[in-house]
Amino acid sequence: MRYNALKILKEGLTGNKGWTPVWREPDPKPEYDIVIVGGGGHGLATAYYLSNKFGITNIAVVEKGWIGSGNVGRNTTLIRANYLLEGNQPFYELSLKLWEGLEQDFNYNAMVSQRGILNLYHSDSQRDAFARRGNAMHLTGSGGELLDEAQIREKCPYLDFDNARFPIKGALWQSRGGTVRHDAVAWGFARGADQKGVDILQNCEVMGFQIENGVCRGVETSRGAIRAKKVAVCVAGSSGRVMSLAGMRLPIESHVLQAFVSEGLKPILPSVITFGAGHFYVSQSDKGGLVFGGDIDGYNTYAQRGNLPVVEDVCEGGMAILPMIGRARLLRMWGGVMDMSMDGSPFIDRTHIDGLYFNGGWCYGGFKATPASGFCYAHLLAKDTPHPVATQLRLDRFQRGAPIDEKGAGPQPNLH
Amino acid sequence: MNQPNRVDGGQIDRATTLKFQFNERWLTAHPGDTLASALLANGVRLVGRSFKYHRPRGIFSAGSEEPNALVQLHKGAALEPNTRATTVEVFDGLYATSQNHRGSLEHDFLAVNDLLSPLLSAGFYYKTFMWPRAFWEKVYEPVIRSAAGLGRLSGKPDPDEYDHGYLHCDVLIIGAGPAGLAAALAAGRAGARVILADEDFRMGGRLNGETYDVGGIAGADWARSAVTELTSMNNVRMMARTTVYGAYDHGIYGALERMTDHRADSGDKPRHVLWRVYSKRAILCAGATERSMAFGNNDRPGVMLAGAVRTYVNRFGVAPGRKVAVFTNNNDGLRTADDLRAKGVDISAVIDARKGEFVVNTTGRKGLKSVQLNTGRKIETDCLAVSGGWSPNVHLSSHHRGRPTWREDIAGFVPGGELPPGMTVVGAAAGTLTLASTLSEAHETATRIAMDLGKSRATGEAPKARDEDFSTAPIWHINEGKNRAWVDLQNDVTTKDVTQSHREGFRSVEHLKRYTTLGMATDQGKTSNMLGLAVMAEASGKTIPETGTTIFRPPYSPVPIGAFAGRARGKNFRPTRLTPSHAWASESGASFVETGAWLRAEWYTRPGEKGWRDSVDREVKATRTAVGICDVTTLGKIDIQGRDAAEFLNKIYANAFLKLPVGKVRYGLMLREDGTVYDDGTTARLSDTHFVMTTTTANAVLVFRNLEFARQCLWPDLDVHLISTTDAWAQFSVAGPKSRALMQKVVDDLDLSNDAFPFMSCAACTVFGGTSARLFRISFSGELAYEIAVPARYGDAMIRAMMAAGEEFNLTPYGTEALGVMRIEKGHVAGNELNGQTDARMIGLDKMVSRKKDFIGAALLDRPEQTREDGLQLVGLRPVDANVNLTAGAHFLSPGDPEDMAHDQGWMTSVAYSPELGHSIGLGFLKRGRDRHGETLRSFSPIRGQDVMVEVCSPHHIDPEGERQRG
Amino acid sequence: MIINHPLLGPRDATEFVYLGDASMIERPNGFGEDVADAMYEYVYLRDNPAGEHRELWYHEQGDRSWLVVTRNTLTHEITEVALARDVARSKGRSK
Repeated sequence: MRYNALKILKEGLTGNKGWTPVWREPDPKPEYDIVIVGGGGHGLATAYYLSNKFGITNIAVVEKGWIGSGNVGRNTTLIRANYLLEGNQPFYELSLKLWEGLEQDFNYNAMVSQRGILNLYHSDSQRDAFARRGNAMHLTGSGGELLDEAQIREKCPYLDFDNARFPIKGALWQSRGGTVRHDAVAWGFARGADQKGVDILQNCEVMGFQIENGVCRGVETSRGAIRAKKVAVCVAGSSGRVMSLAGMRLPIESHVLQAFVSEGLKPILPSVITFGAGHFYVSQSDKGGLVFGGDIDGYNTYAQRGNLPVVEDVCEGGMAILPMIGRARLLRMWGGVMDMSMDGSPFIDRTHIDGLYFNGGWCYGGFKATPASGFCYAHLLAKDTPHPVATQLRLDRFQRGAPIDEKGAGPQPNLH
Repeated sequence: MNQPNRVDGGQIDRATTLKFQFNERWLTAHPGDTLASALLANGVRLVGRSFKYHRPRGIFSAGSEEPNALVQLHKGAALEPNTRATTVEVFDGLYATSQNHRGSLEHDFLAVNDLLSPLLSAGFYYKTFMWPRAFWEKVYEPVIRSAAGLGRLSGKPDPDEYDHGYLHCDVLIIGAGPAGLAAALAAGRAGARVILADEDFRMGGRLNGETYDVGGIAGADWARSAVTELTSMNNVRMMARTTVYGAYDHGIYGALERMTDHRADSGDKPRHVLWRVYSKRAILCAGATERSMAFGNNDRPGVMLAGAVRTYVNRFGVAPGRKVAVFTNNNDGLRTADDLRAKGVDISAVIDARKGEFVVNTTGRKGLKSVQLNTGRKIETDCLAVSGGWSPNVHLSSHHRGRPTWREDIAGFVPGGELPPGMTVVGAAAGTLTLASTLSEAHETATRIAMDLGKSRATGEAPKARDEDFSTAPIWHINEGKNRAWVDLQNDVTTKDVTQSHREGFRSVEHLKRYTTLGMATDQGKTSNMLGLAVMAEASGKTIPETGTTIFRPPYSPVPIGAFAGRARGKNFRPTRLTPSHAWASESGASFVETGAWLRAEWYTRPGEKGWRDSVDREVKATRTAVGICDVTTLGKIDIQGRDAAEFLNKIYANAFLKLPVGKVRYGLMLREDGTVYDDGTTARLSDTHFVMTTTTANAVLVFRNLEFARQCLWPDLDVHLISTTDAWAQFSVAGPKSRALMQKVVDDLDLSNDAFPFMSCAACTVFGGTSARLFRISFSGELAYEIAVPARYGDAMIRAMMAAGEEFNLTPYGTEALGVMRIEKGHVAGNELNGQTDARMIGLDKMVSRKKDFIGAALLDRPEQTREDGLQLVGLRPVDANVNLTAGAHFLSPGDPEDMAHDQGWMTSVAYSPELGHSIGLGFLKRGRDRHGETLRSFSPIRGQDVMVEVCSPHHIDPEGERQRG
Repeated sequence: MIINHPLLGPRDATEFVYLGDASMIERPNGFGEDVADAMYEYVYLRDNPAGEHRELWYHEQGDRSWLVVTRNTLTHEITEVALARDVARSKGRSK
């Protein structure tokens, strides 16, 4: 079914009775070419691109719960391509480009809103680091501007310019950054994959891998064994848990990141804003809620909830730059489990087990990467060579001495 | 000024009349009224508009579950959006307005959305607005955004203050209804330290809104006497107006106490206090929330929860209507009619769904006029009291891993799964929906918990009451007729949206919520989630528990962001650290810069100087030609002592430290275990067993932490002890050719000649005739230089004494900018170079790294990518055109190469204007940089609009042989 | 969270700084031939269990003890707290 305004009109006039399921609910087949473990944004995007761009359609996506129940369903919806390092920035630029054409591509309005992202800086050395980053963005065609205080005042007059502990000196601005309706991303990819015949298997938990003579031949699931020529894991926060079923230890720890949304408010924040002297970032959803977040709680956890100190820290950061939000009420807070890697950058790679592939380590930045992650993973699965923008996202990069450490925080996941 | 709907009775103070405004209209109320009860008393029925269709909305409930009656309070900076009229206490002069309408509340232009509703069904926006692509941000989204949202922010800083507090107790009791009061009485009498918190301003919960008897007296009177007894116990803290909003780990609960919202004048008190409550046990007595039923046009002003109708008539002395109809699926609803009749209110009908009688439609656009039954009967009425049964308030029980379980007999979810450790749930929240059972259950549970905690004083008898006849028929959805039936009143989710969601495959509860926005409104679905689940179950032919369950995330009800931030805002966002010379520097024309938590002087402006460059150039020149002084107290200082101190340092630093002689200082390079440079600084040996380490300002705390890790976890038997002395010593750098003469004058009895006290010497000494001090001959500027440290309490005196002593040498104070200029001239690396991505090879210090010992970082130095021939190396840069000012962050490109990442050669890390050289200089990392001195490159900075040619040179722009610092 | 410090009693977790898996106590020798692989595993690889986790916390705003806390990563329940120095010695670490 194609979606368009005419279809809505027709359905509206006939009681909205003609809509059909956005994806089927099939039973598992005994064997597929590719089994994708994880029905989150990345897994569904991988299935979508495999089936729509690489001509492989005999695919199952197996999901423990309901699709989109992981981080694609619980993030702060930001997209951007404002990275620094060669290992990352071209990848995120590809992602941004894919976002820009995504809705027309998969015929689903995910409300990709390029309202711009403003990274505030508060010191000369931050400015210099942003200049280096901004120039890297230009070298990948991503664009970007350094704004001075006066330009920011014009854009966001309600920022605290006059009483701030860390005065706002300027900002890195990327007009192509913005927000996306996060759940719709999962649904749009699922719909697009399903239409090509991909089986989306919900409530289907992987309990083990069928590894025979060092080759992965399939998965054991709560809905029975499923054979596969290739098994592609992308389970984000559950990476450690799932890959341990294949006997693998990873350069990844699971941590919780809390996110927050306020009650609905009339539009007041036009763009995304990040605070450079504390942990806080915010945007306003189309429904009116301020969607914001900050730092991870900082301890290993698989619980999808955090604790109060970070809640307070995040809100302090918010009040530090936006003292007008004091009377807005926080409506909901929730936690997502992040696959924090040792350098803060992800992996899209084969493993040492033939037929077993791994995509993970997205830290708290996986949402913006969704289309490129799916595209590059699909590329790797279809061609067995990494996509040109993902050549550095390898599992062996620490052994080779080539971390992709944007922050320079070193091999301690909770610092990234 | 009259209140047409006021009836007798109620817990309001009729002797006092308050005036308040709603939509610029002056109305009256009495103390004890909420804004909602006062509006109803005044006959105001239309108070707001719904989110999507802008349908007229009235008051639906009498508590914090209210989905409809959201208003804005106050004006100006204090403007407060989305406030539930049902929880606002009226005070004299209260100013409230309605929200979410374009035009007046009565004539909202956006009500046109309601006519378009067939097109605006669940998820319609996912299916359109895609063409043309550019229209989303430019046309569709702005229209949607301005129509959406509810209330408004003022855009001005929140004028109120918020405070944080910490409380400890044996038993936290959440909710002061019958269960909470009975539990608190038992626990309090037993001797436990009790906190009793309730979101309402009057404790008593449902007892205040009902006509039950407890202990032979009216329930509300019993509640008042219970409150009196509890207030008299000094082991019980009574917290009204306090919402326990979240359950966190290890018995910690978050609570918000509203201190001044009910007053016209806050009296300079904080508006709210955000408490963190540390409890040994918690008893959740949160009661239950009544739910509606879904029938045609069930959203009109005048359609209310039956329990709320009883609350208004019994507690507030207000009749929500003149002719009230009751629609119920349980006995509770029937009592509504009795209570209303007792107050003389006309009952137009009692419609009992259990008897097959249903409301199928209503009329009255801006206020209910009539209801239509399935029998065809039409009943004139201005208020319909609906009771669809009660849902236990399981919220806090599901904040951890708890997953509520279904109880068929009450047709509701009760707490289930793993509750937060230490939590017990009693009363209606646990599914005990009758009064006598609730009271005895609460009493017994609290008694037992107190016993568990060792508090065994007698707790008396459980309060006596009668269990009312309670039975509910699970009737949720009156699926008759074509009219829309609302499930979520605020977000305009109807039963049709739920069935469409099912039709489109969004069948998991979470998909349903996300697709239709059901339960995502400001009430978090308190009144709608159960109904939505029931309609979904009906659509899928499953039972409710098969369909899913309802879990809740914190907060229980919304909490202002300002309350979470507390006092950490504005200048108080983070602590500020001042250097010992701060007062003097302020007097001396210094501008200050934030360096982490520190404020440091960045330069000192002298009369006549037109810009910062004038000051900085002067400071550099004066230092390089005479002598300058700079406060370097912010550098981390760690005192290291013990028999194994040298061995310890030898494991910490990448270069050798075992044989550093006493009286000498050595530059130390500290790596992370992955081989990356972590920090650098100097370490002085004051005796065989005593070292003083300095770290960079930024890493002072982190290095100390890592040293403790190494000491306790890696080499636990080394005899070495550490203490941070960053704040104990005031330290000044004294640099320049005349620094020796100055220091010789200042230091008592120490020969500072080059032979006696050469470069990299250190000594404990005294200054100015007996003040103990430490002197180090080290140099960051590249000049002959010293660092002198005195106990921090003498820091201010020291800088003043130094300035006086240095007058004859033209001693010039310099700030961080001049410090930066001189280190860049000298080619010393600092934070811009040592950014956590740099290894020793890159900065040319690989030869310093020992290959003869184990140390932190020793094993991972030679991985293939670290030893690449085309690796980045530190270089100096100077502009080909001497008039050009270089900029940091520029990337290097070979002339003629394309401007892309594949041809990126490196970047400029630091730049400065060198007064000595008369042009701009830079440091940077360049691939194979050390082999490329003399090469000309593009310094490409599109983000700053700069593209200039630079020449690669040695990073040591001045005095490459280091003669000055050794001289 | 509350950490029951073996010397100081119950303390709010905000007084502490978290490092990670307590296996970081077991640092392999960093000097000599073929030490890189063992060090790679030590520095970069983690069990990352969903369940009981032994982990290092530092009482930075307290007595500066490093502690080994046994905590469940699913429930956050803490079942044991020990001084890291004692744990290190029990693992044979000395000088």
